Amino acid sequence: MLWSWLDDRLGLAELGKLAVKKRVPVHRHTVWYYLGGMTLFLFMVQVTTGVLLLFYYRPTAEDAYESIQFIMAEVQFGWLVRSIHAWSANLMIFTLFLHFLSVLLLKAYRPPRELTWVSGFVLLAVALGFGFTGYLLPWNELAYFATRVGTEIVGVVPAVGEFSLRVLRGGEDVSGATLTRFYAIHVAVLPAIAVGLLGMHLFLVQRHGMSAPLEQESRGDAPPSMPFFPNFLLRDLVGWLVALAVLASLAAFFPTELGTKADPFAPAPVGIKPEWYFMFMFQTLKYLPAHILFIEGEVVGILAFTVGGLLLLVIPFLDRRAARGQRSPLFTWLGIGLIVYAVVLTYLGYTMSPTQ
Amino acid sequence: MADGLTQPGQSRRRFVDWLLSRTLTTWLLSTSVGGLVLSVLYPAGRYLVPPAAGESATAAVTLSIKTEDLAPNSGQIFKFGNRPGIVVRTASGDLRAFSATCTHLGCIVQYRSDVSHIWCACHNGHFDLNGLNIQGPPPRPLEAFTVNVRGDEIVVSKGA
Amino acid sequence: MRGSVADRCFTVYALAALLPMAPHAGRAQETQDPSCVACHGSLPDDRLATPAKLFPTDIHAQRGFTCVACHGGDASAAGFEAMDPARGFLGRPRGRMLLDVCGRCHSSAEFMRRYNPALRVDQVTEYRSSVHGQRLLQHGDTLVATCSSCHRPHQMRPPSDPQSSVHPVNVAATCGACHADADRMRPYGLPTDQLETYQRSVHWRMLSEEGDLSAPVCNDCHGNHGAAPPGVSWVGNVCGQCHTTMAEKFRDSRHAQTFAMLGVPGCAACHGNHDIQDATVSLLGLDSGAVCANCHAATDGGGLIATGMRGLIDSLETRFDSARHQLERAERAGMEVSRALFQLEGAQNARIAARTAVHSFDLIAVRREVETGLAVSDSGLAAGRRVLKELNFRRTGLAVSVTIIVALIAGVLLKIRQIERRG
Repeated sequence: MLWSWLDDRLGLAELGKLAVKKRVPVHRHTVWYYLGGMTLFLFMVQVTTGVLLLFYYRPTAEDAYESIQFIMAEVQFGWLVRSIHAWSANLMIFTLFLHFLSVLLLKAYRPPRELTWVSGFVLLAVALGFGFTGYLLPWNELAYFATRVGTEIVGVVPAVGEFSLRVLRGGEDVSGATLTRFYAIHVAVLPAIAVGLLGMHLFLVQRHGMSAPLEQESRGDAPPSMPFFPNFLLRDLVGWLVALAVLASLAAFFPTELGTKADPFAPAPVGIKPEWYFMFMFQTLKYLPAHILFIEGEVVGILAFTVGGLLLLVIPFLDRRAARGQRSPLFTWLGIGLIVYAVVLTYLGYTMSPTQ
Repeated sequence: MADGLTQPGQSRRRFVDWLLSRTLTTWLLSTSVGGLVLSVLYPAGRYLVPPAAGESATAAVTLSIKTEDLAPNSGQIFKFGNRPGIVVRTASGDLRAFSATCTHLGCIVQYRSDVSHIWCACHNGHFDLNGLNIQGPPPRPLEAFTVNVRGDEIVVSKGA
Repeated sequence: MRGSVADRCFTVYALAALLPMAPHAGRAQETQDPSCVACHGSLPDDRLATPAKLFPTDIHAQRGFTCVACHGGDASAAGFEAMDPARGFLGRPRGRMLLDVCGRCHSSAEFMRRYNPALRVDQVTEYRSSVHGQRLLQHGDTLVATCSSCHRPHQMRPPSDPQSSVHPVNVAATCGACHADADRMRPYGLPTDQLETYQRSVHWRMLSEEGDLSAPVCNDCHGNHGAAPPGVSWVGNVCGQCHTTMAEKFRDSRHAQTFAMLGVPGCAACHGNHDIQDATVSLLGLDSGAVCANCHAATDGGGLIATGMRGLIDSLETRFDSARHQLERAERAGMEVSRALFQLEGAQNARIAARTAVHSFDLIAVRREVETGLAVSDSGLAAGRRVLKELNFRRTGLAVSVTIIVALIAGVLLKIRQIERRG
């Protein structure tokens, strides 16, 4: 009764058909297919806990720290909500990176999935933006100085640097104005962008189905597969449940610390580190010499990261061999190089003495 | 699912099939889904219930002491965040507030109406009504807070 | 003050007559000493050139005084004529003469009021009463400290200036320049270990490490211009300037009379003097390191009280520590304990009060303070237990939800198997 009433109006059966029709290839790389769903699940956790945090959070320099202290101490289960939000953010970035790298190495960006890749890559950038803006919101010492260093980098860009820095910070320095700004970006701007892109990304995934690896596809015969619904979705569900259990345990045993309240007039503490997912970039900038061919080293570094990001964004259009269904070892090695580079610099970033 | 039953004598196989039987799976699924929904909704619900402390302590606190309860030339201790504060009404009627932690060894100071000083009993440290250490071992003045009066309520905040 | 000896009186009047311009010249007229600085600044002999180079940083220079204010002479004259004794030139004032040169301004309330009304004007009077002054004036001993020994000439700064030789942090070194010098002290038969022992003391640590400028240095106990060793009967008064409550309790105790009778210095008998240490509870009782054992044995009444007081304070310390540890443990685990920690502060008061009460050597007084502290600590402990119970509840809650999740995972896995068998 209710089903047919709703179906008439919403076209549920068609949606169901879309889901049932979709089949997931089964091969030795199938496990990577779960990462996208896992990221989606963690994103939903972020939205839920984020909305809950909004009930008590106050985005001003005077109140932000105290309101989080209040959430952690006075609000029932506030510690749980905040800790899950913080842990889930890190896990989400982690699974997102894995998802991104697996797609890169399996060359799933081949036609007709170029736009899926592009939307996914922009989502990755949005997620990093979430991380960067969200880090400042507790208004503690560590976040304050990390944000100061992080935004400083924007300032070295020639011509527009000064201006963008002012726009980003909402003033000359990181202040209460920056906090309000980051808050708006974190809870309104980025979610709006993310939801739009995510809708497109998911629609495209449903439309094109999962991409089979190149070697399997080139064999020509229909590969073994399983229905997306319910077989694959139920397996996804298992992964999500495991993630939920891990999150709950992390939150219970390692509740997120708050640190001391930011004091703009205090000297910067030793060894300010960005969040781990920005570490490789941060570390690269440290290694660059002061000047490379008359240009400031930092400027070169930032330009290199920008160009690298743009290249990754348009990789489906560059990798012509993969597009023709041929092997393209060059791009495989590029991907592996990228992973090695990020891992090594992250490692160096965490082991190098902060006074060096 | 019941195809195993047609082969007699294989009790292990039968056991597995029993395990897989629709009723058990359905029971397990429905109860645990119910449990999960509860264990998510319960904390979320409790989270939304306004906590006993009212609203988050900020850089300002409204004291439970009313202006009329504080006679001239007297002082009282209040809780400022995690630390004690002291609010003093001077003989001329001004309200002033300071951190009540003595800068010497961290005892809680008190108001002495006989000398009109803020006084630490531990080592006889005296502070004047501007929080300045004027006698005894305290090395530094007391941290001063800003006092505002809203109706008959005293609102103390940090810094200006 | 200066009238008892006729010739001293004469010197002062003579000087005042010879140097009419110095105190009355005001600051505006002579901001430079053309001839003094012109010659002395370029002399190759450091001994003669350095004063001219240093003097601009001196507080006196900054207030508009010039060389002639102290040295006399005529700065308007060129060459050696400027230093003609007939023009009032004094050369290098030293010994008694220094008292008159400095005192001419610094002992005059009318004069000092124009520059620093808050500054005292009794330094010279005090100096005369000091051991230094007595030796100088009565025995003609010119090796003793005079004004310029502590206030470095030509580079005088107010005591609040960290570069000043009389800034609290520098006082010990300034006194030590002579008093830690064995050769200098030998004729007087004085020990020279005061600086070294003082620098082991809690007072020096507070001053030099914690930056607590109110911590005592040499002059806070010995006086500065009136420097003298505090006599036995004074120790309590000297220490009591800061440690008032202890001194009061001690004065009313039976020890005060006994110590006075025996000629034992009050506070210093237990706490020492220059190398005074942080007064921990280990000083109390009859264990090794405890000072009570110097006179008392386990069998006498004093020994019993000492061990009794120690026991009481130890019990409070233990209880307080366990309450604080409990609360800190809870805090580290992310629990809200600020209120409980706030209440535990009350026990901190009692701890200090109990240690203060020891100076009355009265078991009942100590017990009264300790009991207050114990009650507060107990409620802190109880709060800590409650919080840790809440923590346990969290762990239980986690276990329950993980169990539910695991059951659900099992259910989903069974379901998958079921579907795929059928398919």
